[in-house]
Amino acid sequence: MSLNYENLAALTPRLREAVVNLLYRMADDELLIGHRDSEWTGHGPILEADIAVSSMAQDEMGHAQAYYQMLHELGEADPDTLAFGRKPREYKCAALVCLPKGDWAFTIVRQYLYDAAEMIRLTAFAAGSLRPLAQLATKLRGEEKYHMMHGRGWVLRLGDSTPESHERMQAALTQLYPYAMGLFEPTEYDEHLAQAGICPREDELQREWESAVAPVLTEAGLKVPEHLEPVYGGRVGRHPAALKELLDSMQLVYKIDPGAKW
Amino acid sequence: MVNREATRQQGKEAKRQGGSERIQAAYAALESVTDPEIPVINVIEMGMIADVRVDGDRLVVDLTPTFVGCPAIDVITHSIREAMRSIGETEAAVNVVYEPPWSSDRITEEGRRKLKEFGLAPPSARCESGMASIDRVACPFCNSKNTSLESIFGPTLCRSIHYCQSCLQSFEHFKPV
Repeated sequence: MSLNYENLAALTPRLREAVVNLLYRMADDELLIGHRDSEWTGHGPILEADIAVSSMAQDEMGHAQAYYQMLHELGEADPDTLAFGRKPREYKCAALVCLPKGDWAFTIVRQYLYDAAEMIRLTAFAAGSLRPLAQLATKLRGEEKYHMMHGRGWVLRLGDSTPESHERMQAALTQLYPYAMGLFEPTEYDEHLAQAGICPREDELQREWESAVAPVLTEAGLKVPEHLEPVYGGRVGRHPAALKELLDSMQLVYKIDPGAKW
Repeated sequence: MVNREATRQQGKEAKRQGGSERIQAAYAALESVTDPEIPVINVIEMGMIADVRVDGDRLVVDLTPTFVGCPAIDVITHSIREAMRSIGETEAAVNVVYEPPWSSDRITEEGRRKLKEFGLAPPSARCESGMASIDRVACPFCNSKNTSLESIFGPTLCRSIHYCQSCLQSFEHFKPV
């Protein structure tokens, strides 16, 4: 595909609004899952697992910052204000990333389903028509590759290890799959973004994601439950109560001293 | 290999055709700026300098970060500004860019040699070659390939942890990205 939008200034006002919405979704998902992952720092089941989940937290927060920076270039507030200065309703993250961290199986399943979705999106962005986003996505893909290796390894290891590990993994998958489907909640901007070649439609991305995760889950001996209703609402600011609790803790310092320098 | 060589040649070429003494002086000053997490290697050897140019009156340095979430970016940016100030470029701008995207293929041969000397195995493969590429990394101490991957993540975002079955030591490896 030829690149149509060399820079952010080349976007029409309507497309600009669509891109802003898309970037908020991406950034907020990254920030929140990064924060949830960071809750494992010092509490991982083994040292290497602790380091891995903490590193992934650092990656995701770095990615969030890059998306917020792009939003800032599109006229939104500065990255710190966007990350820490908004009310829960203003966040556009999916419910998946808001849920409390759960046990290790829950964390692994969530991270795996999330990273697989992110990888598909980044691949689409990288081939897409908005050049600054394509550049950033190319960069992020290289880093996410290691999240995928890590997640796949753990899913396979825990999925058919002991009866207890299998049971916990299956329970996590059954609980989380509808939430993961919610990562692809349709928005009013989908058609426009797809036509512009910036991001494919959400249902198209979801189909691709499902065919990417299915073989790994099957190999791990896990079953995707049937007839699931996706959990929607996050993209329009309707969130589980867990988000407010998380933000209260995450924004505490910022609220006490918004201009603090570190 | 070809790619690394190409990058290096491009760097040299840029230096030459950039031509002006100001740009050459800037490159020379950049040689003193190191990554605080790997202090033995400078930002040029690391492949982090995407461009140095004069824009109007102002000197501009484009920095392509190793990892987007690398906490050292601010420190490195600051060090570059300091280095530029030391040669009289008080107004120098440092931009963080993602094009060209940094890849471990951008580390120069000299940089790879220094990483190894530091005890950090240089990136084992081209970044696109995927999963198998970090399973058997050559030990930086004894060069054996009888090694195993212990952890995909290490003490910094850019490192993985390995164990050498030949000299019985753990070592770190700069991940291909």
